[in-house]
Amino acid sequence: MMRLQLVKRPQHSAFFSAVSPLIALALTMIAGAIMFSVLGKNPLDALYYYFIDPLRETWSLHELAIKAAPLILIAVGLSVCFLSNNWNIGAEGQFIAGAIAGGILPVVFPDFQNVLVLPLMLIMGMIGGAAYASVPAFLKARFNTNEILTSLMLVYVAQLFLDWLVRGPWRDPGGMNFPETRDFHAFAILPELMPSAGRANWGIVFALLAAVILWFVLRKTLKGFEIRVLGQSPRAGRFAGFSASHMVMVSFLISGALAGLAGISEVSGAIGQLQPAISPGYGFTAIIVAFLGRLNPLGIVAAGFVLALSYLGGEAAQISIGLSDKAARAFQGMLLFFVLGCDTLIHYRIRLVGLSVAKTGETGAETNA
Amino acid sequence: MRKLLLALAASTAALAFAASPSLAQDKTKACWIYVGPIGDFGYSYQHHQGLLDVEKHFGDKVETAYLESVPEGADTERALERFARSGCDIIFATSFGFMDPVQKVAAKFPDIKFEHATGFKRDHPNVSTYNSRFHEGRYVQGVIAAKMSKTGVAGYIASFPIPEVVMGINAFMLGAQSVNPDFKVKIVWANTWFDAGKEADAAKALLDQGVDIITQHTDSTAPLQVAAERGIKGFGQASDMIKFAPETQLTSIVDDWGPYYIERVQEVMDGTWKQSDVWGGMKAGHVKMAPYMNMPDDVKALAEATEKKIKDEGFNPFTGPVYKQDGTLWLEEGKVAPDGEVLGMNFYVKGVDGELPK
Repeated sequence: MMRLQLVKRPQHSAFFSAVSPLIALALTMIAGAIMFSVLGKNPLDALYYYFIDPLRETWSLHELAIKAAPLILIAVGLSVCFLSNNWNIGAEGQFIAGAIAGGILPVVFPDFQNVLVLPLMLIMGMIGGAAYASVPAFLKARFNTNEILTSLMLVYVAQLFLDWLVRGPWRDPGGMNFPETRDFHAFAILPELMPSAGRANWGIVFALLAAVILWFVLRKTLKGFEIRVLGQSPRAGRFAGFSASHMVMVSFLISGALAGLAGISEVSGAIGQLQPAISPGYGFTAIIVAFLGRLNPLGIVAAGFVLALSYLGGEAAQISIGLSDKAARAFQGMLLFFVLGCDTLIHYRIRLVGLSVAKTGETGAETNA
Repeated sequence: MRKLLLALAASTAALAFAASPSLAQDKTKACWIYVGPIGDFGYSYQHHQGLLDVEKHFGDKVETAYLESVPEGADTERALERFARSGCDIIFATSFGFMDPVQKVAAKFPDIKFEHATGFKRDHPNVSTYNSRFHEGRYVQGVIAAKMSKTGVAGYIASFPIPEVVMGINAFMLGAQSVNPDFKVKIVWANTWFDAGKEADAAKALLDQGVDIITQHTDSTAPLQVAAERGIKGFGQASDMIKFAPETQLTSIVDDWGPYYIERVQEVMDGTWKQSDVWGGMKAGHVKMAPYMNMPDDVKALAEATEKKIKDEGFNPFTGPVYKQDGTLWLEEGKVAPDGEVLGMNFYVKGVDGELPK
């Protein structure tokens, strides 16, 4: 019997670290081309529509920004959590909580209309997301509960609460009983950046600002150092006087606030009202984006755009050459698989272990998985 | 990565022009966006059959395109805009949740016709709405259910508590009560249009509560298959699902969108397209019943008679006397509900078990 082992490399090549995304992209294209050929599509056509067509026109670039904004905003917040070893899986719920909290003003107080509305909505959205994230954070800090479970479960609570709101108390009185709130009034709409060119709104600006600020905090400040130390070695952190439970709260509040901001930006910018489903899973996709960007806020910006492109490209390929929705998704999966696979192989090497030597392998301290 | 993209761009530059959509002026381009996968064998599948009917009818004169599984939300607007920019002359948006994006995109592209299924907003002159009176078919199903059921209780797997679904439940109930005034309906809200797992769970939960016939307003074939396993009868949804449950399906409401789509595309070709709000039923041929199977001849005869009454004699399932669930009178004897009230229906009629989620 043979088995495969991943063995950590003593040091990883700086060169391959740098080119690994390119290798991954090349591998994706090769594997994708094979899949497209098997499906009877011209692979060059498919790749063209996937990667180039969405970048060809201004309106489409705007759409790319709209799709990428919530992913980036949520993912940079998550990077703080993940770096400090806090596993916030509930960004989707915090996104919704932010959208609901921010939506209070235009939905419940539709007559309150002035220039203060939008800033207040954004602040309330951040507070809403942070407050919602504080629940699993408090439970972990105080009772040592598993934050993966609590934050994930709260996603469903938020989804069902929004669902109940828009079907019940917040339902549009003039909407024939359909499940959606009234349209946000003009003061509650996040403005578009260049209305004549496309519908990208200030959400992308928030996302880029958040990425730059968090990059600075993580790399250049003591707080950033604290986050990373506590993540890599809680014991060392304690010796340095850093509080792990304090960090649980801080990291959850930051990522909750950013997810909440993403939520309110999405409903006030791209949608314009609350409805039963306001996110096609941004909070979960952002987890992929965070790791694709290697938990580096600037890397996350790039990763957010790549993932957004893969959605838009899938659509373009569907319309233009009749590539099915499923094939487009499979191709997206390949991209993620190769990126993460290449990353793994930079840090680890594969060792084939026969049965006879397996025992020695298992005792090896460097063995991982 | 950018460099590689650029390289790829260069190498496919020639291709770009070859592959960009040909702007053949003589062809009319009709486009569809679906909320589910066309492989659902239910709602989106039937819309896609309509697309295929259009292709068959017009042949070379028409070009079609579609997007499936488009999420309701910010993605809808992009899908519509992409279609609008790719040269579509008419765009059919086939789910209720696409309503507001349709209005927004229609405002930007006044020369393109937009058709929105099951909605009520027509903010711009280039937006029409269309829907079918599926509840007519549900009335027939109710009649069959009351005849076939021994326990006198049917299970109903519902999607979302919107008027479209509520009117279906009520029509089913009224049909059943026309046979058995004490008939009961139990409802499970699946909160999804298409999720085979959830729908199957809902079917099992209902069967465990003693219902011996089930019907559904969700799109997968799973409830029928559960019914088949347990040896009871059920109804298909949106398309004829007989091949998934040959011994189980009594009949199915079949959405036939083809005639409407062909008519509207023809109008675009002729330049006679106008804004409208079409709500066609059995009479218009938009709602059909799959063959009546797995039932005794007398039930079949009654079902056919009921279908005929609706189709040919203009019978409206919402004809008084009809009482609301709380016992108050909604429609007086002989009074027919105005369409406006039916389209905004948010209450149960008498005999439905449970409370309408609010």
